[in-house]
Amino acid sequence: MTLITLDTKSWAAGLTAAADAYRLFGPVREDACHTFKALEKGKTPDLDMVNTRLSPKALIFPQSDIILEYSLDESREDHHIMREVQKDVTPRAVVGIRPCDAKATALVKLNFDAPDVKDPYWLAAYEATTFVGVACDAPLSTCFCTTAGCGPYSEEGLDILVMQKGDGFLAKILTDKGRAFAKAAGWNPASGDLAAFEAGKAAAEKKMVSAVQTDHLEAADLLALHNAPFWEKTAFACLNCGTCTFSCPTCWCFDLQDEVAGKSGVRLKNWDSCMFPIFTVHTTGHNPRETKVQRVRQRFMHKLKYFVDKYKTGIMCVGCGRCVRQCPVNIDIRKVCEEMNRFNPADACAVRD
Amino acid sequence: MSGYTEKMRDIARRLLETGAVDMVIGFRKGSLPMMNEPCFVTRADDAHCLVWDGHCGINLANYLTDRKEKIAVFAKGCDARNMVTHVIENKIKREQLHIVGVPCTGMIDKRKISAMTKGEVLAVTETDDAVTVTTAGGDQRFDRADVMQQNCALCVHRNPVIYDDLLADPVTEQTIPDRYADIRKIEAMDAASKWQFFEDLLAPCIRCYACRNACPLCYCPTCFVDEAKPQWVGKGQDATDIRTFHFLRAFHCAGRCTDCGACERACPMGINMRLLTRKLEKDCQSEFGWEAGMDPNQRPALDVYKTNDPETFIK
Repeated sequence: MTLITLDTKSWAAGLTAAADAYRLFGPVREDACHTFKALEKGKTPDLDMVNTRLSPKALIFPQSDIILEYSLDESREDHHIMREVQKDVTPRAVVGIRPCDAKATALVKLNFDAPDVKDPYWLAAYEATTFVGVACDAPLSTCFCTTAGCGPYSEEGLDILVMQKGDGFLAKILTDKGRAFAKAAGWNPASGDLAAFEAGKAAAEKKMVSAVQTDHLEAADLLALHNAPFWEKTAFACLNCGTCTFSCPTCWCFDLQDEVAGKSGVRLKNWDSCMFPIFTVHTTGHNPRETKVQRVRQRFMHKLKYFVDKYKTGIMCVGCGRCVRQCPVNIDIRKVCEEMNRFNPADACAVRD
Repeated sequence: MSGYTEKMRDIARRLLETGAVDMVIGFRKGSLPMMNEPCFVTRADDAHCLVWDGHCGINLANYLTDRKEKIAVFAKGCDARNMVTHVIENKIKREQLHIVGVPCTGMIDKRKISAMTKGEVLAVTETDDAVTVTTAGGDQRFDRADVMQQNCALCVHRNPVIYDDLLADPVTEQTIPDRYADIRKIEAMDAASKWQFFEDLLAPCIRCYACRNACPLCYCPTCFVDEAKPQWVGKGQDATDIRTFHFLRAFHCAGRCTDCGACERACPMGINMRLLTRKLEKDCQSEFGWEAGMDPNQRPALDVYKTNDPETFIK
């Protein structure tokens, strides 16, 4: 681990220098909100943001991604043969990603980079990317990362963690990818004050006002939780829109679609949402989750129980609070988590509804 | 609207205690500022969780579709018009409903408040004419009229058109000299500018369908965008597919939309898709003298055939 102290000038100059070797992405202000976008030459990421409205997951897992193309023109020798679409996988860096979103990328990797199955499209984009995170010194009242296996200075999923300190920055190089980026930026490992980092971390963690309790989730009986009586009330307000899943940095479900125009076709990998009525509908017409209550239960059970049981790495949520802030009808994962965590099947029998 | 909450709880308690209804549909206090959560109450003891304030913009008619119970429901002017439409379209029976009319003075626009406030909004309190926003840096006070949802600022039917109980005396209806100034501006554009305008309007859409799902009119068992056999619309982020969704949805709401604003309020990207539905609302008014949901005995403008129709193509 190497620490580097930077003033604003060397931060900006470093990013300009790194832009020769990396395509840079970062938060950019658009209207009232911030969005992760390719940074124009000479532009630094706008760090005067709390967090973006949508997570940066789309940089690696685009909402709609053409992965294969083909021709139906039988006069062509390669008709009906799928060809991989060439993508730009030259090095790039996401500068200004928050620790919660970086940790989320590490969680999503569990799915796309499993021991037995690999998603080559996701992996190619992931491997080309260096994550330069900026620590979060002003969490929102809806952020609960510290109790979601993460934190405002969490390093998981990052190659460099940068904290804003006075007029400058303090950067912690965490991986080889991070070292390579620092070199391209001309940031020389010179001095660095680890105590300042620790103080920043402690101060930021102290500002967190929101929390979830997850200690009973793993031990809970899966079927009892599945059949718990509270789901109907939890799901009542839900519109079954995709706001929560689409804004979530850890939601990884996708749908494959073929689109043909004339004789040429493409295969698309689109975001999908377990909130949608047609999610995983079988070709027989059977719908495994016919009702809204079942769909809402699926979302929370996946994040807070199935994932917990399967991977043993905690919940599938990093506490970024986006779904809490953006749900149009105020379905709040913190409340649902509390309900699930304190659920005791023995009590359920005694309760009227 | 101050004082509504207590009256609501009393009515809910009475209706549940006497067994007049099986459930009451209303709002409970949200877990963050400017948000309330639609909820149902089945026991008189739970009536205390019901609330009412300027953050009840979600249209509760949406929660009535195909329900079988006897239901008491709170209805603003727009909600009540959607309940009329629901009854006309057989999505619920009038006898199943005990409508508690809520004379409404407009809902607060959470996006406007956030945009006008420096720092995170930590709390919002309101009186009949002012809204006070608390942030870490202190309080900011706004005139209620300046932070109202646009559809509420333009509303001319604040009082419910049907009800079984009225929560308070009717409020004064607004007189709006021109409800469609923004629509007229788009109408006046040439085709290319119009196209560009719609492209820009819909560019942020992520196809989460919050607008459709918040809308009480969108109750099709399978929406055309979800049809798979055969598939009607592409499901990616192609601009044509996105436009197809929004335009077709708007047309499907023609003559039925009450401009309740639930779609725009629900949109996580802040898209004003009401510019589409309001154009159709305006046309229904000028072409057929029609306003949706005003009379349970009259079918919507595009839902009837009259032998004296002035158009020759239809005869």
